[in-house]
Amino acid sequence: MSINVRDQFGKQLAKLAKEDSRVLALDGDLGNSTRLDSIEKETVDSFLQMGIAEQNMVGVAAGLASVGFQPWVCSFATFLTKRALDQIVVSVAQTNFDVKLVGSYSGLLTSNTGKTHHSLDDIAIMTTIPNMTVIAPSDPSETVSAMKAMHKTAGPMYLRLTRDETIPSFLPNSDFEIGKGKTLAEGTDILLVTTGSTTFRVNEVIKQMEGVSIAHLHFPTLKPFDKELLIDAARKVPLVVTVEEHYIRGGLGSIVSEILSEELPKKVVRIGVPDRFLGCGTDEELLESNGLSVYEIRKSLTALCSKQF
Amino acid sequence: MISIEQLKLTATVLRKRILSTAYYKKQGHVGGSLSCADILVSLFFHQLSIDPSCPKWEDRDRFVLSKGHTALGLYATLALRGYISEEELKTFDQYESRLQAHPDMTKLDALDMSTGSLGQGLSAAVGMAIGAKRLKKDFRVYCLIGDGESQEGQIWEAANIAEKYKLDNLIVIMDQNGLQQYGWKNGKERMDPERYGKRKFDSFGFETWEVDGHSMEDLIAVLTEVKGSVNGLPKAIIANTTKGKGVRFMENNYVWHSKAPNDEEYQMALTELEGED
Repeated sequence: MSINVRDQFGKQLAKLAKEDSRVLALDGDLGNSTRLDSIEKETVDSFLQMGIAEQNMVGVAAGLASVGFQPWVCSFATFLTKRALDQIVVSVAQTNFDVKLVGSYSGLLTSNTGKTHHSLDDIAIMTTIPNMTVIAPSDPSETVSAMKAMHKTAGPMYLRLTRDETIPSFLPNSDFEIGKGKTLAEGTDILLVTTGSTTFRVNEVIKQMEGVSIAHLHFPTLKPFDKELLIDAARKVPLVVTVEEHYIRGGLGSIVSEILSEELPKKVVRIGVPDRFLGCGTDEELLESNGLSVYEIRKSLTALCSKQF
Repeated sequence: MISIEQLKLTATVLRKRILSTAYYKKQGHVGGSLSCADILVSLFFHQLSIDPSCPKWEDRDRFVLSKGHTALGLYATLALRGYISEEELKTFDQYESRLQAHPDMTKLDALDMSTGSLGQGLSAAVGMAIGAKRLKKDFRVYCLIGDGESQEGQIWEAANIAEKYKLDNLIVIMDQNGLQQYGWKNGKERMDPERYGKRKFDSFGFETWEVDGHSMEDLIAVLTEVKGSVNGLPKAIIANTTKGKGVRFMENNYVWHSKAPNDEEYQMALTELEGED
């Protein structure tokens, strides 16, 4: 089994911290879940335990950045983006500090922990904040490239990571440039638009679909968004479908709808989590019941195609 | 070195600038700016190692106004200290001014932090103090908080971490003026927002002092003593102050939390302060 996203994240951050003493890891007492503990194991001096106090952790990161450090603040996505939202806005984004915010355990797959731990609105929240860059890589290799780019580029950024342990490095090209999307498949019947972990599952779906010409775009950066890539691909198809492990409101589907409604009005179908709170469940149960498993996505696409063509 | 008498005179001038700026703009948090005026003068004219000609000097002491709504007092101090012109004070609180209603470090390089949402400045100050230790720099980090502000849980999250990281280079000053914007009423009286500032900072592992926040002699004595205490303990000075200090009709009246004087009030206030010159 190849390395998964969160293990790769810990490993890469430890590498960055070893190479650059400005890089610090700030933990909200979840290091053994998020894999921030890799930094503590490999370069203990770069690891700062901030305890279970997200608001202060984000503020401390701002202060560290003001004296020249590059803090990487890591917690579960839902706690980081909601408990410390005002701190992110006022102390990190408005000041434009070089603080990297890492939301681990994003989406549904939070190890059976349920409603309090799901993070289904973090894209909506973080893409609304001025100065904030929002990045959601799909596989372990792309996570490494994204982190390298984040390290090199000053400014507040949010890295949305999945706990999904089933995603190998599958992308044909792990290059990463902030603000650029990737074309994974070209086609003329339907355009599938994805980000983060969902890109892997949709890639699996496409392999199983026959008799339909599918284009597939992956957007590892959600803000700034690669509008041109989207518009060019959308021009060639009658139907655009977004798939995301996030509420269908405010996430990738909303971004795509906003752009196309202004630039190239076109039918957009959004697949994602509906407007409701969810219970706990296994990864498979949660993906299945929210229409986001490979099987369910294929079923939805097949139905859409039969209606469309 | 500037004398205590000169510092006291400077504080009176500062109070006049606070009032003239609020009068000119017809807006501003006057009460809390007046309560911390002596503290600001003791810091900016005596204690802080700073250079107005080089505001981003990297070894300077840092100052974070966590009670960001009293930016008015800070700007007037920066004008007197030579960071900005007296003329610029007239732009206070205007669209696109460098002197935003709440401090904006992206607009004015004399500011070490953007604040205005209460409770956040102290965490940033803690980060700066941790950073100074890691960089093996000698600068200190001063953070001015309010007693009302200390109702925010983040203040105590930050205090908790300051102790853990042994930040004896962090000096928190609480402007304990006993009033907040609206607060609790106790019959006809208004209750103090934070009555046990010293006890709380004591229990969070700080080395603490309580001082008359309007006695320049006491402020200078305590701030000087604090500098000499290198023992791994973060510092907190609880400064007992009077909201609206220096203008009798404003003193201890919560209404002056955020209110500008009209013509008559301004003249009355100036006459009273002129008497102190």
